[in-house]
Amino acid sequence: MSGLVLISYGLIAFGMIFHALGAISLFRFPDVYTRMHGTTMITTFGSIFVILGVAFYGFLANDFALAAHPLIALAFLLLAAPASSHATARAAHRSGVYPKPAIVDRLREAEK
Amino acid sequence: MIFFPAIVAAIVVLILVCIARIAKGPTVPDRMVGADAASALTVSVLVVLGALYRQSIFVDVAIVYGLLSFVSTLFFARYLEAKEAKK
Amino acid sequence: MLFFVCAFFSFVLYLILTAGSGNIGLWAPEEIALAFIFAVPTGLIASRMLSALGFKGGTAFLSPRRWLLFFIYIIVSFIPALVKANLDVAMRVITGKINPGIVKISPKLKTDFGMTMLANSITLTPGTLSVSIDDKKKELYIHGISLSGKDAPISEICGNFPEWAGRVAE
Repeated sequence: MSGLVLISYGLIAFGMIFHALGAISLFRFPDVYTRMHGTTMITTFGSIFVILGVAFYGFLANDFALAAHPLIALAFLLLAAPASSHATARAAHRSGVYPKPAIVDRLREAEK
Repeated sequence: MIFFPAIVAAIVVLILVCIARIAKGPTVPDRMVGADAASALTVSVLVVLGALYRQSIFVDVAIVYGLLSFVSTLFFARYLEAKEAKK
Repeated sequence: MLFFVCAFFSFVLYLILTAGSGNIGLWAPEEIALAFIFAVPTGLIASRMLSALGFKGGTAFLSPRRWLLFFIYIIVSFIPALVKANLDVAMRVITGKINPGIVKISPKLKTDFGMTMLANSITLTPGTLSVSIDDKKKELYIHGISLSGKDAPISEICGNFPEWAGRVAE
């Protein structure tokens, strides 16, 4: 329990770095679409490492439910995240929020 | 053990950052992105609380919370599109 | 047929959620009985909803060859791309160097299932985000955070995802 538990702490701490960077990107990036890339980072690497760390902790503690249920939560999160960010991006573009610093916007050209 | 409470406190601070984006916002999709990020962080904090108290029921709550936040994001997106189509 | 696929996935999910409750394998007999009882109405409701949305097939989700290919795709192609994209976007958050824009790609996929898989893979990697989809021409509009130019090549946006989506889904 003592030595291996450090691996699970390390996984959680590594995930926290990406959580923090994702939250910072909400204020660092200039428009909705670029901010959305930052929040994708929260749901992918941040959640993957935090949840894998907790699942490994449950595995080490011989708690089967605590090892298996986080993996189901992770699977749901990874299934739901692309659908919800696609829906947000499409709604944003249709409601007239265009990417502010953008070298090219083919979708707006196609709509004209 | 100080590790898990520290992680919980750090994620709560990050959720406050997301809420600041929701409050500041300038556009509606900005607020939706902030809410999405806050709910992803809430799933993480619930899973870590499950490890802190050694209770897997927190993780079950996280699963249901993730599904509900997914549905609400889709609902907001549909609402925003329908509102713009009406104009 | 769609009913059986939906009921099967409901049954499996219930068993995963209650694993470790007893001694028939990992499950208590009550939980297995409840999984059956819940699978029937769940399968009925989900299959009616899916067929009302015009969803055809469904047996593709039970093919072991596709699942095997899907796991190979996840390990060989998706995870390396995910790691690279995450580190790249993390560096961009720190340095603040971005070159965003929306480009159009034509991945040459025929089925809706393949397009869904490709769009999901693209959106799940940070740095690329599918904004809109052209159903008739099977084209995707992708917002990229760091484009090399106005006509960025398809390999820069999504690597070898289209080939794998074709292999798994078509």
